[in-house]
Amino acid sequence: MSIDTTWKYDEKYVEDFSDKQNEPKWLKDQRLSASRLAEKLEMPKPEKTNIKTWNFTEFEHEGTPKESFSSSEELHEQVQGLIDKNAAQQNLLVQRDGQTVLYEASSTLEEQGVIFTDIATAAIEHSDLLERYFMGNAVQVDEHRFTALNVALMNGGTFIYVPKNVKVEAPLQTIYWLEQADMGLFNHVVIVAEANSEVTYLENYVSYDTETPSVVNAIAEVYAEEGANVSFGGVDHLEKATTVYTNRRGYALKDASIDWALGQMNEGNTVSDNTTALVGDGSTSDKKSVAIGRGEQSQNFWAHIIQFGKNTDGQILTHGVMKDKASAIFNGVNKIEHGATKANGEQTERVLMLSERARGDANPILLIDEDDVTAGHAASVGRVDPVQLYYMMSRGIPQTEAERLIIHGFLAPVVDALPIQAVKDRLTEVIERKVY
Amino acid sequence: MATPNLKIENLHVEIEGTEIIKGFDLEMNGGEIHAIMGPNGTGKSTLASAVMGHPKYEITKGTITLDGEDVLDMEVDERARAGLFLAMQYPSEVSGVTNSDFMRSAINAKRGEGNEIQLMKFIRQMDEKMNMLEIDESFSQRYLNEGFSGGEKKRNEILQLLMMEPKIAILDEIDSGLDIDALKVVSKGVNDMKSPDFGCLIITHYQRLLNYITPDKVHVMMQGRIVKSGGAELAQRLENEGYEWIKEELGIENERVGEPQE
Repeated sequence: MSIDTTWKYDEKYVEDFSDKQNEPKWLKDQRLSASRLAEKLEMPKPEKTNIKTWNFTEFEHEGTPKESFSSSEELHEQVQGLIDKNAAQQNLLVQRDGQTVLYEASSTLEEQGVIFTDIATAAIEHSDLLERYFMGNAVQVDEHRFTALNVALMNGGTFIYVPKNVKVEAPLQTIYWLEQADMGLFNHVVIVAEANSEVTYLENYVSYDTETPSVVNAIAEVYAEEGANVSFGGVDHLEKATTVYTNRRGYALKDASIDWALGQMNEGNTVSDNTTALVGDGSTSDKKSVAIGRGEQSQNFWAHIIQFGKNTDGQILTHGVMKDKASAIFNGVNKIEHGATKANGEQTERVLMLSERARGDANPILLIDEDDVTAGHAASVGRVDPVQLYYMMSRGIPQTEAERLIIHGFLAPVVDALPIQAVKDRLTEVIERKVY
Repeated sequence: MATPNLKIENLHVEIEGTEIIKGFDLEMNGGEIHAIMGPNGTGKSTLASAVMGHPKYEITKGTITLDGEDVLDMEVDERARAGLFLAMQYPSEVSGVTNSDFMRSAINAKRGEGNEIQLMKFIRQMDEKMNMLEIDESFSQRYLNEGFSGGEKKRNEILQLLMMEPKIAILDEIDSGLDIDALKVVSKGVNDMKSPDFGCLIITHYQRLLNYITPDKVHVMMQGRIVKSGGAELAQRLENEGYEWIKEELGIENERVGEPQE
């Protein structure tokens, strides 16, 4: 195994960790098997991005024990900023270094039979249910070293289960807050929406230490069963010494929909995979993501919709802003499988370059194994349109302000789609800070 | 407030090395409405864009002043804040920026820091003007010109004109692609601006807009300059007789610029 000799998270460590958490046997077995796999498997090889020199090994796996808070008032000021305090119904989970420190849920959730809890609690209290979906159809443990490590070292996450025909009105929000500077978070989210149910989930990843190396490895599995609708919002804003591997996967059955709105604002090196399988006929996915690259960070984004079902619809929109010496590869793939008649797949990838030294590649790919489909793509990499600038300036708006408006507008598709006002506002602030 | 004055003298404009405007002169004051007419390709729109400062146009000779201030020395945004306005023939679409945010930024840029317009006052003003132009209220939250029909774009330009209250406005073919009802609405907007503090230069090749907005002066443009000026009756004659008589009178064979003379 090419992991260096200081690696302390071996099989023995994993076993002890699982025991300490009182996990059911199935989970412990999966962890141990994943731990062995991780030793054998290679890292993923994202196209055109060399991740070999990135830090994936230097981190602490166990955070110091945390006290819980009784109200959001006691949280870190910036964490508080992500919460809509005046919301009529608050469904909120705050995890600090992987441990739940605040939980608020409306009584409606319980009445509806909805489960919204951290993954460690779910493993104990809803063991059978979690086992049925954990590392299910959406993601395989042996894809590469990171998927295996996520299972072996899982130390945070959320489990959401929505029974059939239940519509959850207020969004469910989890904030994953890294306080301990060297904390390595192996986060795992599982969302199950049974037939004809509806749920909106929003996750925030935040950290505030800019210098200490750490690692975040996050997997989310979303299962939308027949006729279910899942909206998934994510805003990642981890600091620059944190290496991030994030993998968000969706699996949609007949007439189900899984929509994504991702604000990918990490300051450090990031590999992101977002793949949705439209398995059932008539299923749909609308994936929107925006990203900003700055400084010297390197990022690789993979947006993928695989269409198996007939009459499926896959929409991908990716907008990136690149400045300084940052580089990013944006890969978008619509894959339409044989037999997926009347499927439609469309994607748009646009990259706005704000610096000569930045690099941004947009690679839209359509892979189609069926004749009776419609598909299209558009891609562009360029600077702010001088004619747009002229138009705005002709109304008296100074150039920098006009550029600012254009950039915010360019990133608006995701900001507008997020379900919580406080998170929209913070994302707008983050964009403002990163671009200027 | 002194009456606004726009003065253009011996203006020469090139686009990508080809001279389009060749010695253009015009002076206009607040309270006046001037119309520039002429067939296609005679440099009318180039003139409008050059006055506003479009990046593609290069001014090689001549002067433009607004109230004695050198316009050519100003950036585009400075020209606007000095009181110039151009209602564009093809306004840009800007995704993700609402009409309302755009207009508020423009108004605040003009008013300056610390003197921003109160939000409620802004909303009231915008509602009032949108009402006058028979624009649906959903308009303010739509993205700037994105997916607008031709007519909606023109109305939006006039809405901006009413909100910005410039000293001198140039309307570049504001009538093209408008049906008669829209034309009336747009004209109502412009007529509403009429005052000694406001001058308007209307660029058109049809006379019909001038049925609703009566010009004080009408200029005919050919070969990149004004070849004939007159009063409102000149526009009427052009409507009845076309441009041929002017070409004959002046011995012009090809009125167009930017292409080889026949």
